[in-house]
Amino acid sequence: MANDNEIIENIANKEYEFGFVTDIEMDVAPAGLSEDTIRYISEKKKEPEWLLEWRLKGLQAFGRQKLPDWQNFDLPRIDFQKISYYAAPKSKKKYDSLDQVDPELLATFEKLGIPLSEQKALAGVAVDIVFDSVSVKTTYKEKLKELGIIFCSFGEAVQEHPELVKKYLGSVVPYSDNIFAALNAAAFSDGSFVYIPKGVRCPMELSTYFRINTENTGQFERTLIIADEGSYVSYLEGCTAPMRDENQLHAAVVELIALGNAEIKYSTVQNWYPGDKDGKGGIYNFVTKRGICKGANAKISWTQVETGSAITWKYPSVILQGDHSTGEFYSVAVTRNRQIADTGTKMHHIGRGTRSRIISKGISAGHGQNSYRGLVQIGPKADEARNFTQCDSLLIGDRCGAHTFPYIESKNNTATVEHEATTSKIGEDQIFYLNQRGIDSEKAVALIINGYAREVLNQLPMEFAVEAQKLLSITLEGSVG
Amino acid sequence: MLIIKNLHAEVEGKQILKGIDLTVNAGEVHAIMGPNGSGKSSLAAVLAGRDGYRVTEGEVLYEGKNLLEMAPEIRAREGVFLAFQYPIEIPGVSNINFLKTALAEIRAYQDLPPLDAKEFLQLSREKQRLVEFDAKLVNRSLNEGFSGGEKKRNEIFQLAMLEPKLSILDETDSGLDIDALRIVSKGVNKLRSSRNAFMIITHYQRLLEYIVPGFVHVLYDGRIVKSGTKELALELEEKGYDWLKEASRENVTTV
Repeated sequence: MANDNEIIENIANKEYEFGFVTDIEMDVAPAGLSEDTIRYISEKKKEPEWLLEWRLKGLQAFGRQKLPDWQNFDLPRIDFQKISYYAAPKSKKKYDSLDQVDPELLATFEKLGIPLSEQKALAGVAVDIVFDSVSVKTTYKEKLKELGIIFCSFGEAVQEHPELVKKYLGSVVPYSDNIFAALNAAAFSDGSFVYIPKGVRCPMELSTYFRINTENTGQFERTLIIADEGSYVSYLEGCTAPMRDENQLHAAVVELIALGNAEIKYSTVQNWYPGDKDGKGGIYNFVTKRGICKGANAKISWTQVETGSAITWKYPSVILQGDHSTGEFYSVAVTRNRQIADTGTKMHHIGRGTRSRIISKGISAGHGQNSYRGLVQIGPKADEARNFTQCDSLLIGDRCGAHTFPYIESKNNTATVEHEATTSKIGEDQIFYLNQRGIDSEKAVALIINGYAREVLNQLPMEFAVEAQKLLSITLEGSVG
Repeated sequence: MLIIKNLHAEVEGKQILKGIDLTVNAGEVHAIMGPNGSGKSSLAAVLAGRDGYRVTEGEVLYEGKNLLEMAPEIRAREGVFLAFQYPIEIPGVSNINFLKTALAEIRAYQDLPPLDAKEFLQLSREKQRLVEFDAKLVNRSLNEGFSGGEKKRNEIFQLAMLEPKLSILDETDSGLDIDALRIVSKGVNKLRSSRNAFMIITHYQRLLEYIVPGFVHVLYDGRIVKSGTKELALELEEKGYDWLKEASRENVTTV
């Protein structure tokens, strides 16, 4: 029988299962970032003047900003001039049925096990796929339309609902927020747009699959979700990417706006290429995600399962402006080999009686480094605000690391802030116990990991939870058995 | 079913089993008794294949196959079950999901499909009744927050669900109050059949009042120093182990 050390070695040798490149004709902008590039993108997308101006402001902000230095890892040098800022599949753009979609694209999704097709639609999921920048297909749009729900690519929203885009774009994450947000503001390619009208409960999970596909193409998605008063929406974002030698920067921006009594659930499963076992290659996942509970009793809930990327660096946050509004953050982050995750959340309590809940589960294996960084900020008017934070770390093997950086700033003495943290290791005795019941070590680890992450996985919509569970198992296959 | 021949084993370089010979047939119940540190739990660990126990001499045949060559999970699938002295807690993994996985693995090994949800539920209910296991514990995380007694009873519930051929109960009676002891014993007695066998490791004769063994073996210093019938257990209760220690020193082994 293999001992734990051998098994831990195996994790490093596990190939990335989703590494393959789809051969589809692409329209690629020349590499480099300049005013000309921005104008090129804007023109390609037939954007109105105000948006071009906004992009250019973003570009200026990008020029002014410095790269951060507070993170718990060495930021690799990124040559922003070597990145190509626009890639779109050539020509064929609008599809009415799956038959018109490039068969190779479909084959790719097939390989990924993503049922893009009607099956998924039947299961109640409308899928808006962002295949390197341009949305290829949007299903179920018609049905959503009946309810007044807008679910489309960002580009389409700019054309068809400019007033909404103009009102909310940059209202939560301004173009000057941070250097990567500025870069995104300047060069964002496409993304998703959702608007749920007053009092409407979106009847299905809205889902987008992002996938990075062209070499050297930085991906700059932008997502804007607006839930009007009393509405509800659950949005799923899932990602996988093909194997690649060169590092790829992904600097997306997600903005969520929940008006009074509205609720937004935003779930992510992220499985981008993490690099090989020596840390070569892999995606840099530097994303700015923030939501605002603008009205009273609004609720925003972030759930993320992060298994991929060479570096995952993001803090999905909530600004709790409306009285009695609620912010939640549920996270599982896995790092193995040389992967790095520096992730967590910020909860800004502004309104009275605001509540937040943070459940973070880090899993480190191999040489993986996992940091939780969280800020709970209680403003002077946030009477009776409450926060609960639970931050757990699980270590597999003895060469990985877990770090916790909780920050609490309270300016109101009626607030309650709780923080709990644990660190544990998968015990040999746990594995042996499961072995003794006929379960092999690999399955045993999967079972233990899924148990550990259950509180977070339970937050995911059913179908997604199953995928995420599988993903965790696949990711950690060979890690302890 | 089980033939142990001249079994020697060490842990961290220290000899703990020094030549065990034991034969267990289907339908039999063997009690293994002995003072602390005599090697009782080590014997269980070696049979189950726990990491860190190295067999240095001897062999173990289980149903004619070399047990020592098998990985722990294969031994389990072949029908060897160890009821742990200290059952392990696994947070977040529900008892029932764990059992479902275990049963599916064992059935797959026998080329049987997993039970469907309804069949599994039925089986689970039936076995809960059989061993008087609290339904509330079935859906809780595996052993997490269970009392000592609940953990031991869960072991018996698992035993009932997985239907092993050879069950090794490692001090299942320790930490049980008299009521729990009675329930656990009742469960085991119901599970006894002509097709399976039990090895019951215990310090005390008390358990053997409820689960009556056909054979009693006394382990001392890594060897079986005396074997007999259930009367031997009573004798031990009366006289303690000291007289056997003497016997061991004189290297007398009675069968």
